[in-house]
Amino acid sequence: MAGVQTLTTQRSSPGWSRLLRHSAFQQWARYLAGRLAGVVAITLALLIMTFLMVQFVPGDPARNIVGITATQAQVDVVRAQLHLDDPVLTQAWTYFSSVLQGNLGKSFTTQQPVVEMIAQRLPLTASVAVGGLIILLVIGFPLGLAIGVLQRSGRAARTTTAFTVGTSLFGALPEYITGTLLILVFGLTLRWLPAQGGESFQGLILPALAVALAPAAVMARIVRNETSAILGEEYISTARGKRISTVRLLITHVFPNVVTSTLTLGGLLLIALLGGTVIVENVFNIAGLGTQIVQAIFASDYPSIQGIILVLGLLATLVSLVIDIVLGILDPRVLQKNGLK
Amino acid sequence: MTKPAPLLSASHVTAGYGLTRRAPAVLHDVSLTVAPGTTVGVVGESGSGKSTIARVLVGQLTPSEGEVLVDGVNLQTLGRAERRMARRRVQLIPQDPYASLDPRMSIGETLLEALNPAGGPMSRYADRIAELLETVRLDPDVASRLPHEFSGGQRQRVAIARALAVEPKLIIADEVTSALDASIQAEILELLKSLRREKDLACIFVTHDLAIAADMCDEIAVLYLGRIVEHGPIPILSAPQHPYTRLLVDSVPDPYGAFLTASAHDAITVVEPPDPANPPSGCPFHPRCAVGPQVREGRSDCVEIIPPLEVKDAQHSTSQAACHHPLRFATETLAPGQSLL
Amino acid sequence: MAGRSQKRKMPVALVAGLAGMALIILVAIFAPMIWGTTAEKGTGAIRSGASSSHWLGTDSQGRDVLLRTLVATRLTLAMAFIATGLAVVLGGLLGTLVIIVGPRLQWLGARAIDLFVAWPPIIVALTITAIFRPGMVSVVVAIGVAFCPQFARLTNTLATSVGQRDFVNAARLLGLRGGMVLRRHVVPNIAAPVLVLTSVCLSTTIVTMSGLSFVGLGVQPPSTDWGQLLALGLRSLYQNPIESIGPSLAILLTGLAAGLIGDGLAQYGEARRPTARAKRVKATTVGAAERVTLSADIDSSAVVTARNLKVYAGHSQDDAAIVQGISLDIHPGEVVGLVGESGSGKSLTAMTIAQLTPPGLRWTADALTVAGNVLAEGTPVPKQLALDVGIVFQDPSSCFNPARRLGAQLTEAIRVHKKVSRRDARAMAVRRLREARVSSPERRLNQYPHELSGGMRQRAMIAMALLSEPRLLIADEPTTALDVTVQADVLRLLKQINTDHSMAILLISHDINVVSALCDRICVMYGGRIVEEVSVDALRRGEVQHPHTRALLAASPRPVAHIPSADQPDESGPITVGATALRSRQGI
Repeated sequence: MAGVQTLTTQRSSPGWSRLLRHSAFQQWARYLAGRLAGVVAITLALLIMTFLMVQFVPGDPARNIVGITATQAQVDVVRAQLHLDDPVLTQAWTYFSSVLQGNLGKSFTTQQPVVEMIAQRLPLTASVAVGGLIILLVIGFPLGLAIGVLQRSGRAARTTTAFTVGTSLFGALPEYITGTLLILVFGLTLRWLPAQGGESFQGLILPALAVALAPAAVMARIVRNETSAILGEEYISTARGKRISTVRLLITHVFPNVVTSTLTLGGLLLIALLGGTVIVENVFNIAGLGTQIVQAIFASDYPSIQGIILVLGLLATLVSLVIDIVLGILDPRVLQKNGLK
Repeated sequence: MTKPAPLLSASHVTAGYGLTRRAPAVLHDVSLTVAPGTTVGVVGESGSGKSTIARVLVGQLTPSEGEVLVDGVNLQTLGRAERRMARRRVQLIPQDPYASLDPRMSIGETLLEALNPAGGPMSRYADRIAELLETVRLDPDVASRLPHEFSGGQRQRVAIARALAVEPKLIIADEVTSALDASIQAEILELLKSLRREKDLACIFVTHDLAIAADMCDEIAVLYLGRIVEHGPIPILSAPQHPYTRLLVDSVPDPYGAFLTASAHDAITVVEPPDPANPPSGCPFHPRCAVGPQVREGRSDCVEIIPPLEVKDAQHSTSQAACHHPLRFATETLAPGQSLL
Repeated sequence: MAGRSQKRKMPVALVAGLAGMALIILVAIFAPMIWGTTAEKGTGAIRSGASSSHWLGTDSQGRDVLLRTLVATRLTLAMAFIATGLAVVLGGLLGTLVIIVGPRLQWLGARAIDLFVAWPPIIVALTITAIFRPGMVSVVVAIGVAFCPQFARLTNTLATSVGQRDFVNAARLLGLRGGMVLRRHVVPNIAAPVLVLTSVCLSTTIVTMSGLSFVGLGVQPPSTDWGQLLALGLRSLYQNPIESIGPSLAILLTGLAAGLIGDGLAQYGEARRPTARAKRVKATTVGAAERVTLSADIDSSAVVTARNLKVYAGHSQDDAAIVQGISLDIHPGEVVGLVGESGSGKSLTAMTIAQLTPPGLRWTADALTVAGNVLAEGTPVPKQLALDVGIVFQDPSSCFNPARRLGAQLTEAIRVHKKVSRRDARAMAVRRLREARVSSPERRLNQYPHELSGGMRQRAMIAMALLSEPRLLIADEPTTALDVTVQADVLRLLKQINTDHSMAILLISHDINVVSALCDRICVMYGGRIVEEVSVDALRRGEVQHPHTRALLAASPRPVAHIPSADQPDESGPITVGATALRSRQGI
């Protein structure tokens, strides 16, 4: 299936009229349907993956749970609880239906319903992630914008080089090292902030910072590149020709285009943030999903593991969906692209 | 006198990409023949399907209806090895000089591949390569250089050399000068003319520029929205039968500005070619036609029936037009600006 | 298969990265041999800080941290390489597999890959570690699987895009077998981006793997890798902070080295790609005698007065002059054409008159007055200029802000500078759009630029330029990107504007017929100077002096009102095309 290669000195391409045939509502409907189909597909994939997880465990999962020294009778009890002796399809059906009803089973280590455990721990994880997101946006975006404008004007070469070097260095810092260093500096040496966190607002600052520092550096880099590129576009010349103030130019012409082009990449960073939160919780000893899942893996507490992975996966997907919607609102051209993301 | 057997003939070709409801056919019922040693021009604007037709004729795109015969043989009916060899009879010079050469191979290696696809020692072919480079008026010493060291015009010459190396019978030039400056354009066209003479090549010249087509070709086919609307020897451009050809001819800029008035008609408000995905009913040109239903009474057949491409004037049997109400063939001279309508 | 051209300089990043990685690999190989046993030996000094005998301190069992870090290199690096290799192979296979299966499944496969790329690798890694119990093997497999979607997507997109490129099609046309096309053309052109991603992946792998070991899910004691060492260091953070430094540095430096290799490879690849098709500026020197001098007195009624206008390539003193001293007058109601080939400086001249010189360039002039506004380099541009000068650019697809509706863009200038209300401004915009023959003007105001066709956008641009009733309209190659039938229409509109509004127009084009048709006076530019200035009548008659003008005329169609009878094919004269004809280039 050959693709048509045309040069960039394009003659007017008539695809525009197709757009006029569809009202905005129809476009949105089609776009949302596509995205929702994606969400459904991922949820399905998550369910299958978490289900298969237990199936693929080498040896006897029940044995892993109760330990090497336990008796066969104890193992069998657990096997019955996990329905491991039922045919695979029955197990799948049991699993899917209970999950969809909101029952994620009971933790073997704490005997607590998994849903309850998640409900308790999710807010903490979410707080760190959201805190990280705020830092990411507050630091990464304006910094990148400012340096992008500076770079385009051709002045302050040293500042831009410092920026490039700085973002490369900070962007390479893993969140656990950042966390460790932050504890060292702010928690122990300077004693400004608590080293173990989660409880209070102050306890969230360091973890959020640890999670967000490297992504913020990367985001600043991306925003810088995009801003610089956009400032070179012809419509900026058109806008300059209108002799509007620089501030107005940046707000009405540069900003909307930078946001749309960085939003997709920003979305990926956001999801990576979620992953980073899992690790950082272990650095700061925060009682969130991150610490819980590590313990659960050691204890082979499969119901907990399945539940947490499901929830984390769904969170990531939801974030993706929200970003797609925001993108659709900001940039209607996105609505035209067919297919799932 | 019997006509020589056509070198290439396309009959009733319908072709497109994907061919779903969203991606309808780009070409409709296109028929074209090329006799040995002649040059046929294919002229069209955007949305006309001229890039697609080049790909169909060269065999890159398989038509969904109709067939393409090379020397009377449909290549699809041949076995794979035979087909590969038969492909060499028709070569393509693509539009974009920056994409037509492998960036990792020196131009000597590119030409070597054309001379001996199986790969052979450079030493054996060095003379031939030097010869080829001289034919396209490049210094033979540049054979070891990489494509990115050359300008657009020079790269086009290499593409021409590669096409010639295979010793084809027919060359398809797909908008070969669109990416080049005006002075370089003229050089490349001159080169093609002389090579054509030397090697007695048949040629299909796809272009949007009517003036170039008039200069280079013996026959011309005018494409509009995937259909050939007029076909005949070059002199028909002086007195076209189809209103679209008339419009094209009248739109070519002349220093006196006659083209500004000649191409205008008060009653015609549509100036753009329509969306190929949503073509007008009947004759695709009728919304813009200066002698069509927008302007004249009683021309409902233009809206209802697609006009077939056929001979309209028995005295000029080599010209065909797809029009229900073709323009008269001029036998008198016209003053500048006087319209045939 | 690469051609042997002159040696390409390797980017600094690549050299630094390779050197660093080589050093690290040496440490990985030799450190356990040299210090293997020493590292495990507990000295008496427990949790001691940095000292001359223990540069990075000792841990809770008195073991030297530096030595332990060095010895742990082998395991960490080996695991990272294997995991990355796994990701590449698995991802590559998946990516190419998706292509081999038919087109329907291909689409689904590509979408599936897209979905999985977006997932945090950590979740996948955690799942796999959960299945196979924490340990070396499971973490390697986990990371490998977690990162393979990226490679799958890369190979997928690359293979499809490269497979469609012209040179690959050309190779097929030469009769090459499919396999040979793949081997000779597709794979080498895919290799570079894959290599870059591999280095980036290696860097991320080391970091993520150490992260997993850090939380205890990776390598289990007694084996040690950097992540584990870091975890131990964290536990002693209160008592002996320096313990964390060793493994932290190791992770960081290795990650950086791999990242530098990736960056360096990317730069190296860039250097071999075709240079951007920037307009090559011809800074030729034309003899002083050929420079056209205009009368020195300045006509105060002129819309544009430019004397000795120059544009330099940069802000320093030794930058070359791209525009080398243009002097030009435009009178009210006059249409002046600026014609020349690309690189002649015509666009830059026009942009400088509009005070839109690109930021990196510098302009000077003895005098420059536009619509009564006196302009000088260094002084701020008067806002009035936005209302007095209207500009139409070449490329209709990029001259509007894609993120804003047309109404806002069209009315921006008059709303900001003349404080016109939104309602009035929109009414004015509708009037102008109608004048520019844009259909359904009210609806257009609420549409985005991409919803209009190219010709329509160009007309909207003209309407926008007219909105403030300017005294001068600058049209920079306004129809070059349009089809010829649409071009005729847009040029007709420009002519009409000039007639109806008595508006001065500065028209830039490379097409001498276009300027002849529309302009009263034509200036020919070459090498940054105006080499000839003629009236349109003289140009039409061919009464020109400068060789470049002759060359331009010779290369374009000339008017011949001659239509041969089709019965007697005209062998003698040139083939006519309606009102025009071609004559082959002469001389130059």
